[in-house]
Amino acid sequence: MKSAIIVFPGSNREFDMARALERSTGRSPEMLWHADHDLPAGTDLVVLPGGFSYGDYLRCGAIAGRTTIMEAVRKHAARGGLVLGVCNGFQILCESGLLPGILMRNANLRFICKMQYLRVEQNNTAFTRNYESGEIIKVCIAHGEGNYEADETTIEALEKDGRVAFRYCDAAGLIGGRENPNGSRNDIAGIYSQQRNILGLMPHPENLIDPLVGGTDGLKLFESLGSAAA
Amino acid sequence: MKARIVVTLKNGVLDPQGKAIEGALEALNIKGVSNVRQGKVFDVDIFTDDSVAAKQNLQAACEKLLANTVIENYSIEI
Repeated sequence: MKSAIIVFPGSNREFDMARALERSTGRSPEMLWHADHDLPAGTDLVVLPGGFSYGDYLRCGAIAGRTTIMEAVRKHAARGGLVLGVCNGFQILCESGLLPGILMRNANLRFICKMQYLRVEQNNTAFTRNYESGEIIKVCIAHGEGNYEADETTIEALEKDGRVAFRYCDAAGLIGGRENPNGSRNDIAGIYSQQRNILGLMPHPENLIDPLVGGTDGLKLFESLGSAAA
Repeated sequence: MKARIVVTLKNGVLDPQGKAIEGALEALNIKGVSNVRQGKVFDVDIFTDDSVAAKQNLQAACEKLLANTVIENYSIEI
């Protein structure tokens, strides 16, 4: 598994991401700068890490979504290459049009930083094969704009095609109501592209890979990726 | 040539910031203001005298970057 992390001005989770990828794939990812034009040859996975690219100016992820490196990411995705966007990375994927919809301001207007339970909706993708379908995992969230919104047609298509990757829930797996931290439509925490080779999610699985810092429920996502393209 | 671009949220899109502003206005005892919707204004200079070309140019700017047409409308004044 050869991976590359794209670093934008204002990214800040790239080292957490690198650690998670090293641990699960045994290889250090390449770090690429936003102004680069090409991905390293043979890249299997491109990761857009969390942070505040371009200071969240204009709209979260709007400027990063239109940088030169994103053209390379678009081509990589069109070839069927894997793309993972976490938090600001998810916002960038939506702004670049690689994923549908948009992440709006949290319904309570607050930046939310806490532990959060998620339900893994299905395990038939390169990102989740090491989880069980319906498995409840505990990871962390840290965002001000995670309120997923899209038009009715898009939401219906996402639901019908099984492209909702993760939903916010409580410890028992109950979905809806107060367990939704940000007002996200249908409690959506992450979604896939049509070909399921692009995943965008607001929570941070890369921060839950070590018992020392509160759990390892995020590790299986990276192990899934590690086993997806050996 | 100068132009102004106004970007606003589409009808039906929840605007939590607008709601918060509405609440703050109420707290300041400013009465009778409702349905506050927050938007953005961009003032720009365009180096052309052709207002049709300028408008086309700015339309492209809005579609590509200034507005996210999933949730936002835009208008251009030249």
